[in-house]
Amino acid sequence: MAGNLDDKKIRELELQANEIRITIIEALIEAGSGHTAGPLGMADIFTYLFFHELRHDPKNPEWSERDRLVLSNGHICPVLYATMAHAGYASVDEYKKTLRKFGTKFQGHPHREYFPALETSSGPLGSGLSQATGMALAERIDAQGLDAQGLDAQGLDAQGQSLDREKGLSLGGSTFYPYKKWIYCLMSDGELDAGNSWEGAMLAGKEKLGNLIAIIDRNNIQIDGFTENIMPLEPLLDKWRAWNWHTQEIDGHNFQEIHDAIGRAKAVFDQPSVIIARTIPGKGVPAFERKYEWHGKPPNKEEGAMALKVLRELGEKLK
Amino acid sequence: MNNHTVRLNPKIWDKDVEQVPIRKGFGEGLLAAGEADERVVGLCADLTESTQMHLFAKKFPNRFIEIGVAEQNLVTVASGMAAMGKIPFCSSYAMFSPGRNWEQIRTTICYNDRPVKIAGSHAGVSVGPDGGTHQAIEDIALMRVLPNMQVLSPCDALEAKKATMAAAKTKTPTYIRLAREKTPIITTEETPFEIGKAQVFYKSNIKNQKAKIGIIGTGSLLHKALVAAKELEGEGIAVTVLNLSTIKPLDEKAILELAKECGRIVTLEEHQIAGGMGSAVAETLARRLPTPMEFIGVRDRFGQSGKPNEIVEHYGMGVTHIKEAVHRALKR
Repeated sequence: MAGNLDDKKIRELELQANEIRITIIEALIEAGSGHTAGPLGMADIFTYLFFHELRHDPKNPEWSERDRLVLSNGHICPVLYATMAHAGYASVDEYKKTLRKFGTKFQGHPHREYFPALETSSGPLGSGLSQATGMALAERIDAQGLDAQGLDAQGLDAQGQSLDREKGLSLGGSTFYPYKKWIYCLMSDGELDAGNSWEGAMLAGKEKLGNLIAIIDRNNIQIDGFTENIMPLEPLLDKWRAWNWHTQEIDGHNFQEIHDAIGRAKAVFDQPSVIIARTIPGKGVPAFERKYEWHGKPPNKEEGAMALKVLRELGEKLK
Repeated sequence: MNNHTVRLNPKIWDKDVEQVPIRKGFGEGLLAAGEADERVVGLCADLTESTQMHLFAKKFPNRFIEIGVAEQNLVTVASGMAAMGKIPFCSSYAMFSPGRNWEQIRTTICYNDRPVKIAGSHAGVSVGPDGGTHQAIEDIALMRVLPNMQVLSPCDALEAKKATMAAAKTKTPTYIRLAREKTPIITTEETPFEIGKAQVFYKSNIKNQKAKIGIIGTGSLLHKALVAAKELEGEGIAVTVLNLSTIKPLDEKAILELAKECGRIVTLEEHQIAGGMGSAVAETLARRLPTPMEFIGVRDRFGQSGKPNEIVEHYGMGVTHIKEAVHRALKR
């Protein structure tokens, strides 16, 4: 669980995110295919989650009490893999050498069969939020006491509060369940074109899943161009509010804002939470930033060398 | 005569044989599975009573999720619940699930290897008056092509109950094909059921004659195969009928034994001939023991409104058609 975020910790996270960006570029150069803009843009959020927020144990990926992180837009897996490798789920070196190659753990889009530490396989867009909603529902069933985990015979939870096994606790007219795990869904803005995303959003709102936190990578690009030209999403916050979600909008590169938004989301117990993270696609390498052309291609050797130089210089400054 | 080792319903040939919709067996099986294992959860897309999930929903309201008319959500939410250790059953009409949500089933259930059970009710043209939009005759093909997926197609309500309870005990993604209309009860509580095992339900008893034709039937039409077999026996043609209630994994041993014994095979299913159960049988026989075959099913057409039996006859899946197919096969 997340502790306080002081200046020292923020500096550590910034440096870690920069290392992860370097690893992503190195892996993409070697792979010769893959997505660049999204992974660089989401490096800060992934770093924050894996290095400060998630309750997890890289040495024991099957630990049942871990928080769950579903990556819905599977194509940005270079950042998921790089972050998981740096966090200890896999070898960073193996990742850099084998991304997208035959027999690799690090398939072109995430596949659990090859890398069981993943919470799900993904690639086809729009299905992650529903899976995360299913996970949150399952957690709620457990929290209702059907499995009686963590509850004593009188139905008291760890804080000694009484629990109606069927209905949860009633606080101020709303129902509170003693959730023990947080379910995160990381999604793209482009995949909100898909109806399946909104089916999941409707259900999570209906079920008041306070243990569900969706984070949308609002980088405004998709393969064919800018999202607002391809299929306008705005007013995006209003759409989520209309499905009864708690909504926030943040700068997705500001660790303090990420930290505060997740903290606020966790304080909302009767609504799922969405955090719309404004990010810069290609973040960290100015030549790649804000260009949708970098959505789906890797840097070639020269572009890669330039990007690594920029990122390494930035890393020196952060030290 | 009936194969006595499988203890079929003694009233199977009677005019007043009890008739029950196959989907009803699913509802009862799910309730029993839910009582036996608290990890079982139910999800439905606005067809709770119609798919008979209401029995479970009433008994276990906290383990039932009403998804609304959103079949892609139905199976993806189920995948997430399975990821947390639940054993989800999703029910809808086969036309919508797996009809509308195939890619979600492929990626989030089969590719992920999650033990989600998909019950597709109202399969086949015998749905009747609702018309072709609601008559799934492609679902076996859609499901059997997916790696990791099991495909069950019970022949009556009792077998559907057993299939549902058995599905809850496997860790494998499973499709259970169900029909809307009442059909005769063929089996009994004592009839054994095992996923992946085909059973001989009928063997003609004609002196000094080996069976010349093996009929392989599945689902709601199996009773018609039995009736046809009995009539053919009266005409001096010895027939063996195999109930293929698991289409995947295919009981290759039973199929090969039948082909070896009879030399000719007729398959029968309320489904498109393309890609269905008969195709699965043909894939095995072509490889292991090439055998002349006739296929009974829908021939590349859509269904339409009408009375169930009227439509089944129209599309060439009645008792007469089965007998004609047998005669065609005999000439090969």
